[in-house]
Amino acid sequence: MIMRKELISDATLVSSYIEGDEFSLEILIKRHKQRVYSFIYSKVYDRDIAEDVFQDTFIKVIRTLKRGKYNEEGKFLPWVMRIAHNLVIDHFRKNNRMPKFDNTGEFSIFSVLSDTSLNAEKALIKDQVETDVRRLIEELPDDQKEVLMMRMYQDMSFKEISERTGVSINTALGRMRYALINMRKVIEKHNIILTN
Amino acid sequence: MAKIYSENSKKIKKLNPKDETISFILDYSKALSVINYQKM
Repeated sequence: MIMRKELISDATLVSSYIEGDEFSLEILIKRHKQRVYSFIYSKVYDRDIAEDVFQDTFIKVIRTLKRGKYNEEGKFLPWVMRIAHNLVIDHFRKNNRMPKFDNTGEFSIFSVLSDTSLNAEKALIKDQVETDVRRLIEELPDDQKEVLMMRMYQDMSFKEISERTGVSINTALGRMRYALINMRKVIEKHNIILTN
Repeated sequence: MAKIYSENSKKIKKLNPKDETISFILDYSKALSVINYQKM
């Protein structure tokens, strides 16, 4: 029986569930509960909160499936993980805090932004990190923001930045340095999460 | 930071939700089916 259950694909189970077979949902949940719950716990570090988020995740899954709104055939787990991820973010937003990032040693957010080898789960977090970083950049003074954008997003050299902005290379370097210092200050002040 | 990502991922413990949580979710689904059936 266990062997048979494992042979049934997620997509088939989802279809069966939508057609009214409640047992298919049980198989799906039992198949993926560890991945989903461990993922949630790795973000919230609290068993009770993880239970709540896990429960809310599957309530959302159930409601979406029963409304016939699910259209990601064959991608059930990534879809569930995305829901869980969003609910974790909601949890932290509701509590007006984000998990702390232990900002020690060498740290470069941009090394992550250019990492293309991340798996689907990490890619979701990467999206959130990118959004947070963009938000931080928007808070910078214009001259620092300009240099940082040119350097990090347009991959320009400091010589090119100097020519484009009409300031010396040293000034451009100084603005970049202050931009990073200011971003780090904001991150520390607001305990903003920039990692999982 | 890429290093931090991968290190943290390795540290993720394999945990399971409580049986009560699973039961609640399954009961919720069944209850929703009954409600939907009654609406028909």
